[in-house]
Amino acid sequence: MAKRNASMSVAGLAGPVRVWAQRFAFLALFALAFALMLLSKAETGALERARVVIVDSVAPVLNTLSRPVEAGREVSATVRKFFLVHAENERLRAENERLLRWMQSARQLAVENATLRAQLEYVPEVAPRAVTARIIADTGGSFFHSLLINAGSRHLVQRGQAVVSQAGVVGRVAEVGDRSARVLLLTDINSRIPALVESTGDRVIVTGNNTPWPSVTYLASNSPVSSGDRLVTSGHGGVFPPGLPIGTISEVTETRIVLQPAVEIARLSEARILDYGVEGILPPPEKVPAVEARKPAPSPEPEPTQ
Amino acid sequence: MSEGGVGSIADVARRIVPGFTLVLLVFLAHLHLPIPFYAEIAPALPLMGVYYWVVFRPDLMPRVLVFMVGLFQDALIGAPFGLTALIFLLTHAFVLSQRRFLVGKPFWIFWAGFAIVAPVAGTLTWMLASALRGAILPSDVVLASIVLTVFVFPIVAWCLLRTQRWLVGAAGPV
Repeated sequence: MAKRNASMSVAGLAGPVRVWAQRFAFLALFALAFALMLLSKAETGALERARVVIVDSVAPVLNTLSRPVEAGREVSATVRKFFLVHAENERLRAENERLLRWMQSARQLAVENATLRAQLEYVPEVAPRAVTARIIADTGGSFFHSLLINAGSRHLVQRGQAVVSQAGVVGRVAEVGDRSARVLLLTDINSRIPALVESTGDRVIVTGNNTPWPSVTYLASNSPVSSGDRLVTSGHGGVFPPGLPIGTISEVTETRIVLQPAVEIARLSEARILDYGVEGILPPPEKVPAVEARKPAPSPEPEPTQ
Repeated sequence: MSEGGVGSIADVARRIVPGFTLVLLVFLAHLHLPIPFYAEIAPALPLMGVYYWVVFRPDLMPRVLVFMVGLFQDALIGAPFGLTALIFLLTHAFVLSQRRFLVGKPFWIFWAGFAIVAPVAGTLTWMLASALRGAILPSDVVLASIVLTVFVFPIVAWCLLRTQRWLVGAAGPV
């Protein structure tokens, strides 16, 4: 009898103990989540490294999983092309004619440019080195606009480098792992890109706002911009080379200027990472003393080509 | 002897299936699909996994696992660590407490339960993300994402149901 009582009381205790243990586990994890969030907010290096290591370790999985999507994208593009081949041919003929005319004027301009540069002792810009990488994950969501690409520090990708596509600016490299990197898109709320309004030359900042349409900010109030104006990178800040298309102004209201980005992120499958770092803006060493020696008096610096 | 070994390996494999599907849903939710604006309104696939497994096999979906997968998603999407983990943890606790109203009921009740969980989780994520990013983030895409999440749920639930019947087994010892 006594034995039965004892076993009953143990059984009776086990229930509440288990409930308390479970509650404690829940509270502990709850507190841990909050602590981690606050630590992440403080941007500690350790957590950032942990993130990079985790992303890097699953990059091959993402790479593999993105292959079928890539194949599907190619198949749908092929099918579309097949049905549009006649219209596309007509369009390309017209474009070819137009481009041939452009090529003529471009050749003339190139000759003229070379002559003028020779007269000015112009130090040529070094073309930025570029790495092309595949997009392996769209980690955008509605809160954090970023992409993961399958190139990292082993491909000489560095934090802060510009990421572009054929159409224009995509964003910049925010985190770099060994074989993967995170690209902060120009639409993210943390993205700021110094830009120029092509028609007026006004300097502005393209500010992401977590919608697909960034805002154009810091524009002089008397500036005559209107929808349809093109924005290009100004090259200030040293991240983006000057002259890359960012987008066109789609709407101008009293309170806000809206930009339609040139790049359609969903259609991209690859992106180019430009190394426009310190090496990109330093002139070749042998040119510098010659220019210094022959220069009689300080003359105004030639503007870099846009 | 060897039969016991094979049996236990199969058993272990069976027990890790729910966690595996949850991780797979995290990956699938972040594929780069060629659909304009899809990334903004992508359905919260992992949340469906948490809901499904906590209702049907809570023994194989412990809160520590849910928490860890949440941390993994945070790492992947570039969110502050703990954001998704917290949302998953709260979803786990809520669904576990309400599971007796959902088990053995018609599918539409199971779906209706998710139609309550998804908006609450989505709104909470939006509020936390806004607080952590120091700005009120656009809410229209969040709303669209929640609606899409609720409507895509039957497809994912069906896939998980097939997986469960095929690999895991019906009822857990809870």
